[in-house]
Amino acid sequence: MPIHKAEHHPLDAYLRTERLPHVWCPGCGLGIALGAYLRALQNVGFDPQETVMVSGIGCSGRAAGYVKMDSFHTTHGRAIPFAVGLKAARPELNVTVFSGDGDLFSIGGNHILHAARRNVNITVLAINNYVYGMTGGQLAPTTPESSITTTSPYGNIESPFNIAGLMAVAGASYVARWTTVHERRLQKSIEKALTKRGFSIVEIMSPCPTTFGRRNNMRGIVDSMMYYKKYSVIKEHPNPLDGVIKPGEKFIVGEFMDAPDEPTFEDKLEELKNKEFLKTSQADRTTWILEHRRHLETLAKIIGGEQ
Amino acid sequence: MARIEMQIGGFGGQGVILAGLVIARALSLYDGREAVFTQAYGPEARGGASASGIVVDDERVDYPYPLHPEILVLMSQEAMTTYLPNMRKGGILIIEENLVHLDGEPDVSELHKIPATKIAEELGNKIVTNIVMVGFIAKVVGDRIGLKKESIKKSVLEMVPAKVRELNEKAFEMGYNYEEA
Amino acid sequence: MSNEILEGEYFLSGDAAAAEGAVAAGCKVFAGYPITPSSEVAEKLARRLPQVGGVFIQMEDELGSIAAILGASWGGKKSMTATSGPGFSLMMENYGLGMMTETPTVIVNVQRGGPSTGLPTLLGQGEFMQAKFGSHGVFEAIALAPESPQECFDFTIKAFNLAEKYRQPVVVLMDESTGHLFEKVRIPPEDEIEIINRKKPKEVPYPPFMPDDDLIPPMPIVGEGHQIHATGLTHDEYGRPTITAEAQEKYVKRLVEKIRKHADEIMDYEEVMTDDADVIVVAYGITARSARRAIIQAREKGIKAGLIRLKVVWPFPDKILQKYADKKFVVAEVNQGQALIMVERAIRKSATFVGKMGGEPHRPEEILKGIEEAYNANS
Repeated sequence: MPIHKAEHHPLDAYLRTERLPHVWCPGCGLGIALGAYLRALQNVGFDPQETVMVSGIGCSGRAAGYVKMDSFHTTHGRAIPFAVGLKAARPELNVTVFSGDGDLFSIGGNHILHAARRNVNITVLAINNYVYGMTGGQLAPTTPESSITTTSPYGNIESPFNIAGLMAVAGASYVARWTTVHERRLQKSIEKALTKRGFSIVEIMSPCPTTFGRRNNMRGIVDSMMYYKKYSVIKEHPNPLDGVIKPGEKFIVGEFMDAPDEPTFEDKLEELKNKEFLKTSQADRTTWILEHRRHLETLAKIIGGEQ
Repeated sequence: MARIEMQIGGFGGQGVILAGLVIARALSLYDGREAVFTQAYGPEARGGASASGIVVDDERVDYPYPLHPEILVLMSQEAMTTYLPNMRKGGILIIEENLVHLDGEPDVSELHKIPATKIAEELGNKIVTNIVMVGFIAKVVGDRIGLKKESIKKSVLEMVPAKVRELNEKAFEMGYNYEEA
Repeated sequence: MSNEILEGEYFLSGDAAAAEGAVAAGCKVFAGYPITPSSEVAEKLARRLPQVGGVFIQMEDELGSIAAILGASWGGKKSMTATSGPGFSLMMENYGLGMMTETPTVIVNVQRGGPSTGLPTLLGQGEFMQAKFGSHGVFEAIALAPESPQECFDFTIKAFNLAEKYRQPVVVLMDESTGHLFEKVRIPPEDEIEIINRKKPKEVPYPPFMPDDDLIPPMPIVGEGHQIHATGLTHDEYGRPTITAEAQEKYVKRLVEKIRKHADEIMDYEEVMTDDADVIVVAYGITARSARRAIIQAREKGIKAGLIRLKVVWPFPDKILQKYADKKFVVAEVNQGQALIMVERAIRKSATFVGKMGGEPHRPEEILKGIEEAYNANS
């Protein structure tokens, strides 16, 4: 059968087409996830020029290299704090973090908790493929119990994170979960996340046949998709604490959290900037000294063994 | 006036840090002197003794810590045990007379005594003990270190909260005008 | 609303002066994590930055702090963090990302005694080498070592200028003593302060790593249509990951060369009584102040001693030391021989070393002893 190469793709305007084909394996869900994100961007009408993608390390991290917008491929786990700083500097820009489960919830776990707590106005797309794909299929903080990975050869003895529950408790404004089978709903959910004021996160369950599937009876390119189809249950307003995923059991997809708008971190930073301050000269001179006096006395106590 | 080293020792909470800071700041900002303020260092500061150091010079101060202070102010017995042995022989010693009891005759050129805590208490608040002492220090060594009364007073008043400015001013004056027995 | 840069004379600690230097340099984003003895820098900026239209963020840790300031810098704002040993170690990861992505930012490290938690409230100078070699891989560092609150102010501004000029992170290698001692700081009128801003690209889109003849690329910032891509991976001028030995040779070589080529402009040192000196002391930060006294004491004893004080410690001023290579050398620092390695390498012979483990600065007599030892040694 002759291969037909399409001249144009509807998302070309959003892609660095010269960088394609991408590095992702056949059967990988990242293409679907990225496609859903770009279509969502298009639908909500965000100007790519005012949109920034930040990613970490891993297969998902490579997405930043393919989008035709300002994009940063940072170090492992640090996409979130990089985005926090960027957003603080330029609150008018739309900032999306596109990264994987290991990057966001293991090595970067602390950062995402605090970004959610601060209600930083960014959108996080968390690609959950259960595994560290780029490095060959090691155990991730999301790997289901008893699953085989290269570093859990006898089956995972740990419990994975319930990402939805974790994020809701940490203070996220919007929390949803979809799989790559639910492309349309996923895209709508990303649209909502992009326009939501505050910290929003969409967990995207995405297959990795190459490093996870083949060790866990989902070797075929569509096996994981079939699995998602069979076991996912769409629920209205599910309880985030019910977001636990167990192998061979039904799991919930849907919007776990859609909180009423609260001031974002950037709103509060702006508010601080516009405050009326005391004239610095005299007032500040005094407070500086007092501050330092307190410090020195605390230090004296520490050195003196009183503390 | 060459390099002069000064140290004010007492216990935590007595305000010896602020006392040193206001003096060094006045010397530096208002009296055209080069002055460095530091906090007492290392093992000798253990055990609750706290001290501030001031080094004043005509030119930029090089080594910023007092090595062998020629002016030593003591506000606690522990400070005496800690800091007196290191004092330069023939220097000026100022003590809080009710809190420091000297064993024997120290090798100093001048010994000045003031019941700073009692004076502060009589003013209604022990918290200004340090400022009484600052007033007294200004009187005793002011000329020798190049510290003018109006400068140190200004420095004190700028650095204390507005609501206690009056109290501090009184405390300063009481110390400055104290007549030794 | 007061949004002024201060002006006039103030009696400040080194930490407060560094913070005020950042404000004067135009820093608009600070992200940091509290750690003794640098917390006063953060506290001062928490108060000051909102007053000048900037933002202060207390991050969850130092890994996040440095990531945030890199992000802010690509956002087009001058950014800074402040930390001490343990935090500086954590920052080594993205110190490297800053180098690889040529991101201007400033890291203030108020050094305390180490290793590990060490001496939180007391002096150390153990990060001389870490500033240069602490992050993995190959890069050239720029680090400055102030010896007074005035220099904490001046050098912080200078650090911003160098970061902006050479497009990379710059370290202000302070120490606990300098950070905590108080001295007069003169803050000049705004128009007397030299401020350097990063080169802006003349066209849109501009490849983020396409250098000019001076090897330094103009820096596009986000939101202006440049379609920037920056990555910690080895990349080409367009930021495209290029995982080959050739790309590494080309890109990383330029990173190194952009500093080496300008080393003479960046280097800064002070010579004190070196003209007739038989013995030369090399010191930086608080140790230089002890050395200043020690060389006077030595001269009182009839030994002609001088001081070369490193104001910029990286790039290291090999050339200036080589000029005096026939003299006897003493190196004093609060560690067990870090600048010593560089000095001996420059003069191609041994120097007398006066180290400290940390906790307190050298007493001048300790350095004097080293000077005497060097003077009396046969060579």
